[in-house]
Amino acid sequence: MPTDRIDIRHVARLARLALTDTEITTFAPQLGSLMTHVDAMTELDTEHVAATAQVVPSRNVQREDAIRPATILRREAALANAPQVQGPYFRVPRIIAEEG
Amino acid sequence: MDPIHDSARAIAREVNARAVAAVEIADALVPQISRVDAAIGAYRELTPELMRSHARNVDERIARGERLPLAGVPVAIKDNMCLEGTHTTAGSKILENFVAPYTATAVQRLLDAGALPIGKTNLDEFAMGSSGENSAFEKTKNPYDLDRVPGGSSAGSAASVAARIATLSLGSDTGGSIREPAAFCNVVGFKPTYGRVSRYGLIAFASSLDQIGPFGRTVEDAALAYDVIAGKDPLDATSLDRAIESAADHLRGDLRGVRVGIVKEFALSDLDGATAACYERAYADLERLGAELVEVELPTAKYGLATYYLIAPAECSSNLARFDGVRYGLRVDGADVGEMYERTRAAGFGPEVKRRILIGTYALSSGYYDAYYLKAQKARTRIGEDFARAFERCDVIAAPAVSAPAFRFNAKSDPVTMYLMDYYTIPGSLAGLPSLSVPCGASVPLDGTRPMPLGLQLTSPLFTERALLGYAHAYEQSTLHAEKIAAPEVCNA
Amino acid sequence: MTTSAMSQIVNPSETYEAVIGIECHVELKTASKMFCGCPNAFGGEPNTKVCPVCLALPGALPVPNALAIEHMIRSGLAFGATIPSHSKFDRKNYFYPDMPKNYQISQYDMPLTVGGAVGYWLEDGTRGECRLTRIHLEEDTGKSTHASADGRLAGATSSLIDFNRAGVPLMECVGEPDLRSADEAVAFLEMLARTFRELGVSDVKMEEGSLRCDANVSIRRRGATEYGTKAEIKNMNSFRSVRRAIESEIARQIQVIEGGGRVIQETRGWDESAGVTHSQRSKEEAHDYRYFPDPDLVPIDVTAETVERVRATLPETPYARYVRYVDTFGIDSKRATQLVDDHRLAAWFDRAVAAAGGKASAVVAFVLGDLARLANENDVQLADGKVTPEALAELVALTSSNAINSKAAKQVLETLWAEGGSAKAIVEREGLAQMSDRGAVEAIVDEVLAANPNVVADYKAGKTNVMGFLTGQVMKASRGKANPTLAQGLLKEKLGS
Repeated sequence: MPTDRIDIRHVARLARLALTDTEITTFAPQLGSLMTHVDAMTELDTEHVAATAQVVPSRNVQREDAIRPATILRREAALANAPQVQGPYFRVPRIIAEEG
Repeated sequence: MDPIHDSARAIAREVNARAVAAVEIADALVPQISRVDAAIGAYRELTPELMRSHARNVDERIARGERLPLAGVPVAIKDNMCLEGTHTTAGSKILENFVAPYTATAVQRLLDAGALPIGKTNLDEFAMGSSGENSAFEKTKNPYDLDRVPGGSSAGSAASVAARIATLSLGSDTGGSIREPAAFCNVVGFKPTYGRVSRYGLIAFASSLDQIGPFGRTVEDAALAYDVIAGKDPLDATSLDRAIESAADHLRGDLRGVRVGIVKEFALSDLDGATAACYERAYADLERLGAELVEVELPTAKYGLATYYLIAPAECSSNLARFDGVRYGLRVDGADVGEMYERTRAAGFGPEVKRRILIGTYALSSGYYDAYYLKAQKARTRIGEDFARAFERCDVIAAPAVSAPAFRFNAKSDPVTMYLMDYYTIPGSLAGLPSLSVPCGASVPLDGTRPMPLGLQLTSPLFTERALLGYAHAYEQSTLHAEKIAAPEVCNA
Repeated sequence: MTTSAMSQIVNPSETYEAVIGIECHVELKTASKMFCGCPNAFGGEPNTKVCPVCLALPGALPVPNALAIEHMIRSGLAFGATIPSHSKFDRKNYFYPDMPKNYQISQYDMPLTVGGAVGYWLEDGTRGECRLTRIHLEEDTGKSTHASADGRLAGATSSLIDFNRAGVPLMECVGEPDLRSADEAVAFLEMLARTFRELGVSDVKMEEGSLRCDANVSIRRRGATEYGTKAEIKNMNSFRSVRRAIESEIARQIQVIEGGGRVIQETRGWDESAGVTHSQRSKEEAHDYRYFPDPDLVPIDVTAETVERVRATLPETPYARYVRYVDTFGIDSKRATQLVDDHRLAAWFDRAVAAAGGKASAVVAFVLGDLARLANENDVQLADGKVTPEALAELVALTSSNAINSKAAKQVLETLWAEGGSAKAIVEREGLAQMSDRGAVEAIVDEVLAANPNVVADYKAGKTNVMGFLTGQVMKASRGKANPTLAQGLLKEKLGS
């Protein structure tokens, strides 16, 4: 039954999304319906196929170990959009435990 | 010179020749833009002061002897690209008041080339959508029919160019978000090969699919913009270190010797009669221009939607984790940080974004990764292989960009029905191929009486942008479909 | 319960065996951060070393630091690890305020190095080896300070975040559970630190956070082959803490088992002041990190040429140097350790030994004896002083050939320290050459014997301890230059004994 496919509460918790009961009842069939479409893909034979790592053949793109002054933000700029600031710090409500 | 109707090529020529000043263009446009945009809502934020200051700077540079490829050309920027000092909202409440402290590389290149920034255009929230209706703010309207959608997610970027309140614009395409609105709005929309244009400063939706690309009223204008923005960026590890073949000066006049692939799985008989007829005419026109039509197969294209709607949400679920109320954006407080996260994201994200985050999180979660995300990445490889095989037999693939012209607002309220709008554009995205939509006429929608624009999608092998733009230019110049549709009434408002 | 109290009840080390695996995070020494061009430096005003990338602003993208990758390869090779030819970065997804993207760019199933082993030695010179599972590359988080009475997380009302550290390149080293005691664990950790310091890949200062470690501790009955349930110990901020915490945890687990209970798999935090570990169990559910390859980064291919090029830059590892000092030079473990721990001193020492034709013990006696004293007294490192390794080698040659005696040697050393120069030149200039000519010494011996007839009589009467006095007289008469062994030998000869 499409609506039961996904444990939406569990997934929402992983994604730190508080959903209302209405949202859960609305989303469940929508997501279930999408998953039914997705099931079609599972019939595709991918036994000896490598997953696409990158669609273009780049490898080893790295940068030299150097400071790049042009991209460093002044502290005022870094804090400018912060919802809450205390002195030079970003301030958040208490952290209850090791998040996961 | 007519800054509203002239091409980018013409404007730049006049400004470089000092026949007209960039500030004159800015001054002429500002009232026109405000007036027309009141009717169509293409812009999230207009930046007249910024436009004027850039115009002054352009004039100074020209006076010093510089020649700029886009001198004085007014451009619109999709609001998922950072432009320093402007609100950059991604069409979302969660970034409603975010002011970008830096500028995206592609945008900076446009500005360095002399373009004038008109403002930031509206989009589906976080680029997730095919109509523009998912914006948390205004609903952008199709300039050709104000009761219909302009397409998405680059709704405002397409509409602004169509309504002559931008000469060029930048949009982004993940599964079709440039090509589809271009088709609906009777303009050219171009998505280069993945990695050709830097994504630094583009608010990420699906990292392995997102690409920035231009809208223009002609292929030549789009090519001019492409030439300026493309190229390796040390700030984007996925940007390609390959020489760009400049396109705008190398557009061809006909299609003699070109093999055009017609995809067996994209049968026109799936479309409504009028739309099918329009595309049949387009294919016939290609032949008339000297192309050889060849049937090609993309047997795995039908898995495109499923593959895309696993990969894109998975990547976005991770990309959007940073929107948490800590460092910027909306914050809804909580007793502890966990509660703050949940409330902030609940209040800040719209329903489509939430759906995709949920699907994406699910597809990556423990026990499901192999069956979904990993499987989809393998399916993606097979789709790429299908295209490679097809391109052994043709130089470019022609297909519909859309299955029907622009639909009415709220016509596709079921999300999965909306996802089907990307049916023709998604496979090319998954393979990272360069692809564009060029106006190819119009058909009367099933629920309407007036003809609405359609776009022909052309897709070519990796790294062949010059050739692709050339084919499109040849087709455009011989058919001039865009001009045959009456200019939107709103332009004359 | 302390370890000593435990041993009165039952001898735990006979019944139980501890099994320990160490996991540590090492901040790499680079000019810039792992994925952006912000400075990588300890300290500084909060939130001044940040940019769109390490603050995770919308639209920012990571680009990997080539030196960090090279440091990784060097580190792996130094421990004999395999460097796979294909590697990649993966996203580790979880939410935490000091982690700006709410995912960490890390490595999941294709790390840059696999395997390897860390040789170590204990204080008594016993050697051991602990295998490495892997070393992988990732990025560090920002730092949060908590607004509470004691600055700790529990009971805080809010937290303040500084992102200067976010994005610093981090090596995660995972050791196999081959360690069997707190001593072995600390020795292992010290070897990691010594080696990384020697390679120049990290400052490894626990007090600055550039070396952080966790310990997985379990126990089992001696002779058992299955592992017991392990607890993960965190929050150890010094080597001493590591030792104390592991010992405490071993004792705790033994007590639990002896009391009929079961050890629970959990995270426990070390409380330095209380001297115990506390359970930090917070969630029943395990983390679901939803690892997937980072689509913003491209795969890493490491060629054989690269591996060989990096291998060619490897210095002698501290373990190899220790083994060389003990096995080849015969230096005792303690003094070998002293040398190994001072890389410049060891280099100086090696040069001196080479110049001295391999006479390591004589050289080490000077280096760790008189020279160390002089260096200490003058607050100067030996390597920065005026004594050259070649000068010391010369001095060693002079003493071992008896050209000068030990008293003269000390004098030469003091002069070398003050002025530098050549030992031979100083000996000549100050006339310190030992008188070893039999005839010359004999002449003085004869004079002394003639001048001290009573002492001679005493000696012949059996008071053999006056030999010291007579030898002293010969030394005095020769102004300290006579070869004392020769002098004594001649005295005895003439006194007929």
